[in-house]
Amino acid sequence: MSRLDDLEAQSIYIFREAFNKIENIALLWSLGKDSNVMVWLAKKAFYGHVPFPVMHVDTEKKFKEMYEFRDRYADEWNLNFIREVCPPLEEMDDTLPPAARSAARKTVGLRDATKKHGFNGLFAGIRRDEEAIRAKERVFSPRGAEGKWDFKHQPPEFWDQYKTEFPEGTHIRIHPLLQWTELDIWNYTHREGIPIIPLYRSKNGLRYRSLGDEDITNPVKSDAYTIEEIIAELGSTKVSERSGRALDHETEDAFERLRAEGYL
Amino acid sequence: MNMQDNDIKAQSSARELLKVAIVGHVDHGKSTFVGRLFHDTDSLPEGKYESIVAMCEKRGVEFEYAFLMDSFQAERDQGITIDTSQIWFNTEQRDYTIIDAPGHKEFLKNMVTGAAQSDAALLMIDALEGVQEQSRRHGYLLNLLGVSQIAVVVNKMDLVDYSQARFDEIEAEYRAYLTSIGVNPTRFIPISAREGDNIVNPSDKLAWYKGLTVTEALDDFKILSADDDLPLRLPVQDVYKFDDRRIIAGTIVSGQLRIGDKITFSPSGKEAVVKNIEAWPRAYTDEEKQNLVLRAGQSVGITLTEQIFVERGDVISHVEQADADSDGALMAPHLGKEFTAKLFWLGETPFEVGKNYKMKLGTAEINVRVKQINHILDAENLGQSKGDQLLRNQLGEVVLTSRHPIVLDDYREFAKSGRFVLLEKFDIAGGGVINLDGYENTREALFAHQANITRVDHAVSLAERENYNGHKGGVLWLTGLSGAGKTTLAVSLERKLFRKGLQVYILDGDNLRHGLNNNLGFTDADRRENIRRASETAALMAQAGFVVIVSLISPFAEDREKAALTQGDGFYEIYVKADLETCESRDPKGLYKKARTGEISDFTGISSPYEAPENAALVIDTAKNSVEQGANLLLEFATERFHREFSADYSI
Repeated sequence: MSRLDDLEAQSIYIFREAFNKIENIALLWSLGKDSNVMVWLAKKAFYGHVPFPVMHVDTEKKFKEMYEFRDRYADEWNLNFIREVCPPLEEMDDTLPPAARSAARKTVGLRDATKKHGFNGLFAGIRRDEEAIRAKERVFSPRGAEGKWDFKHQPPEFWDQYKTEFPEGTHIRIHPLLQWTELDIWNYTHREGIPIIPLYRSKNGLRYRSLGDEDITNPVKSDAYTIEEIIAELGSTKVSERSGRALDHETEDAFERLRAEGYL
Repeated sequence: MNMQDNDIKAQSSARELLKVAIVGHVDHGKSTFVGRLFHDTDSLPEGKYESIVAMCEKRGVEFEYAFLMDSFQAERDQGITIDTSQIWFNTEQRDYTIIDAPGHKEFLKNMVTGAAQSDAALLMIDALEGVQEQSRRHGYLLNLLGVSQIAVVVNKMDLVDYSQARFDEIEAEYRAYLTSIGVNPTRFIPISAREGDNIVNPSDKLAWYKGLTVTEALDDFKILSADDDLPLRLPVQDVYKFDDRRIIAGTIVSGQLRIGDKITFSPSGKEAVVKNIEAWPRAYTDEEKQNLVLRAGQSVGITLTEQIFVERGDVISHVEQADADSDGALMAPHLGKEFTAKLFWLGETPFEVGKNYKMKLGTAEINVRVKQINHILDAENLGQSKGDQLLRNQLGEVVLTSRHPIVLDDYREFAKSGRFVLLEKFDIAGGGVINLDGYENTREALFAHQANITRVDHAVSLAERENYNGHKGGVLWLTGLSGAGKTTLAVSLERKLFRKGLQVYILDGDNLRHGLNNNLGFTDADRRENIRRASETAALMAQAGFVVIVSLISPFAEDREKAALTQGDGFYEIYVKADLETCESRDPKGLYKKARTGEISDFTGISSPYEAPENAALVIDTAKNSVEQGANLLLEFATERFHREFSADYSI
């Protein structure tokens, strides 16, 4: 089996496992390239149906192109789409550095939305290669009542057996793309013909490698326009994917703190 | 767009990937080694090295390559890797995922998590300290976890003056150990991670060593092919009914599968033929279907030519064929209630003789009991001791039993389907591999009675019976909470249908328990059996031409689905609906009161769930309708469904 076939099969297995074992699950759709691949894989796993809600926790600060993409494909992909809005910045912990504080809105928004809909499990499109802390994640990752991640006491995970049992009050983050790399995402997007947001393509010598809120996401220098060009560029770059994400550069442990609190 | 052309292009651009775990005793330099490997192969992201150097200066600590890997503050502070971490790099030849697995005994579960997903391992030994307990334990575990390619890296050669004698001594000692547990290490490599000797380039200080450097050794590991050549094992993960297809989904663990294959399900022994292989975004064309082969590792969905009841946990294999060559491996899995296993235990509380655990084996979940512990294994010297418990991080050989026959494969033949995990409360707490030496395969004994049964053809056909009766036979399955009004409705309907001249009979849950089912209690298993017998009886009577009204709480969707499949056409699920409050206020048998006081346990609606039908043929809401209204709705429904025009289309 090719590398992409292998990754696809694993992700489908994970989707099916979660769908069978955990009641009330939803897929977190951040509208970026990874979560679009995730929606695509869900459609593959269930033969065209996505048998759970697909939720966008909206900071209302995304790029216009992202909203256009969302509205079009929520419809075209026949998704059971839910939109929830994040609380305002003023309600966030003011000891956090600015970008982290802004990102914390998403954490709280997600926590509230999860509670409101009674979700026990959430599919999230994080990958291990994005960030060192994420490299330590499990595929089925339990959270405490407030959505907290106890990264020092994670359950073991091996032989394709996942944590699918948990006491009341915990919920599970499920990471079907954990094993994928950025390059895998693009190769797969290309192979499958998955639509992408135009912001990933170079415009005036700049493109976005990772999409977040408009005010805390910066483009990188690039002339890559087609997906083939993006793939070729990634093969040679040494700039990290999240270099355009302001919050990753604030303090040594900002990201660790955010994730422990339940940030994606 | 042509899907296949597209495939070829993308596959050539996706490079080969090998996952390598780095394991070994704590402090033997794993993280330093990985940091160095990345630095020397120029694989660090831009600015990473500089940022770690800056962080060290800010915190007043000396720079260490290990910091490149240890991402938690806690890991940096304590200087040990707590959780498994992964990092990516590539050589000319291919891409690598490097899995840094912690060596500290406290974090064995994290080491297992990291190592189990790798294709190969680098096992690190400190040249100064030599072979330690964890070196042996990790070697043993790698083997148990199924990682067969192991290269041993003797690190910190700078601390022993690059001495060949010291290296040879460690190699001899550790090779002897690995060989004794059946592991054949690919090679031993002397290195110094801190100095960068033999990581990428050969070192002058180790001129006496003529073997490969670490990166060369990595490129020399093989990507193991999937278990395509073994007999088919496809554990059923789920059954989907999103549309008119009934798709059986799962991931092929070993073997191959094609459309038209004759397959069997274990442990039920049911057989079927693969009708189609499903796909999205488009279905396979007829031409593609002819050459389509599903292989080990693929996540698939199939439909069958006939509707049989299949559930998660069933294992699909091929029906034995006379000309099949399976190299001695069993075509269908072994069935038995007992097996021996080599087990490693990670649980908080001891694994003990007499305790029960939930076992996850493929997609099946089975309650098993610990019958005995043959021995506890000391990984250090492979000594065996007796005892009736395994403590956390201990290894042993154990015997597990189950009340019902389970689907088993021996791990020496089926590396993947021959292994399982055990749960302690909610978490995975141990892993084991199955050994079936000395156990009788009960498959034949279990199915012999079925093989000797031949169906007798009736001399009177169903069509004749229906003509004689003037109506069709079938089953009206009334499900709902206790007190919802099932029996009241059933009795009223029976009278009304009888008056219209129909052959009609009620099978009532309580009545059945007086006779046919009087040996059954109210455990989950007994309730299932109760429903199974009721559905088989109903199906027999329907074949005899009767309209059968079944009145049973039947709280689980799965049981009702089985009943529907037993009957086939002419099965109608009727949901007799009333909210819990209404039912409880009626409480005709005083059962709710007893359930509330705890006198009755597992009472549906109170202490046991009720799964309401999602696609009932008819819903009668007895909270809103009177008995008379409800019975009339049912009468109308039944009259329409069981009506039959006289047909001359039969012969006597």
